[in-house]
Amino acid sequence: MNWIFEPWPWYVAGPLIALIMFLLLFVDKQFGMSSNLRTMCAIGGAGKQADFFAFDWKSQRWNLVVVLGAIIGGFLGAHLLTNDPSVAINPETIATLEGLGFENAGDTYLPEQLFGLEAFSSIKSLLILLGGGLLIGFGSRYAGGCTSGHAISGLSNLQLPSLIAVIGFFIGGLVMIHLLFPLIF
Amino acid sequence: MRRTIAYLFIGIFFGIVMYKSEAASWFRIYEMFQFQSFHMYGIIGSALFLGVLGVLLIKKNNVKSFYGEPIKFNPKDKSFSRYMYGGIIFGLGWALAGSCPGPIYTLIGAGYVSILVVLVGALGGTFIYGLIRKKLPH
Repeated sequence: MNWIFEPWPWYVAGPLIALIMFLLLFVDKQFGMSSNLRTMCAIGGAGKQADFFAFDWKSQRWNLVVVLGAIIGGFLGAHLLTNDPSVAINPETIATLEGLGFENAGDTYLPEQLFGLEAFSSIKSLLILLGGGLLIGFGSRYAGGCTSGHAISGLSNLQLPSLIAVIGFFIGGLVMIHLLFPLIF
Repeated sequence: MRRTIAYLFIGIFFGIVMYKSEAASWFRIYEMFQFQSFHMYGIIGSALFLGVLGVLLIKKNNVKSFYGEPIKFNPKDKSFSRYMYGGIIFGLGWALAGSCPGPIYTLIGAGYVSILVVLVGALGGTFIYGLIRKKLPH
């Protein structure tokens, strides 16, 4: 059973993600994580400012329960099921990141300078996190879904719109990492 | 109540898979966009392979859900611009913050306080979209 505590390989994780999508379909629901952001805005009263948020958010409570589960799952995964949180990324990736100023890339689960507590004393790190979040929230709602809704659910159902969205995801990601990262970091 | 417990367990399972597969790791997302590892492509590819196969089988055999309902697939509205523009904006954020919405929740549970800043940003981005969506090409 020791493999449980090691990082799970792709051929375990991928099929399990498909299983999660099917479990949701079998309880009459659709796999999609970003729509929870809209629900949370609606709960916060955003319906007064924009009719996009004026909907019966209670019909989306089930998905908030999934979110609560994902938080609990993250806790269990990190604290009960992992001894060593380092991530065995490609040595070339480590070298590239070092060139950008990321030291000891992969020794931790997330880069310390962005996600460690030290991030709170750096305006730049906070702006990166906030800006990344803004793009994620705006883009996923504009595109009508994120990785789970388009790349997994939508493509599994052979939806052309999802293919367009996923191509967009990759254009955006490649532009960010290859063109913008050298300017940001 | 039983349904709520089912959603909770599916969510817990999802959170564990996101963390243990390292799909919630910023480093894995960066490595993926550098094309320096098969890991993330293997995850998405194998999930998709089984996903396409399973959806075809469900449709072909009119499989019913656990509650006896026909399984519904909502086709996405036809359009190009919203998916391409929205997709590119999302991709920029995915690469910068190194996480998509599912892993944001996972990382909150894992105990990374700073991911809350990403969550606040994502809520703000969603809110801004809601405010100006009628002015955007869809």
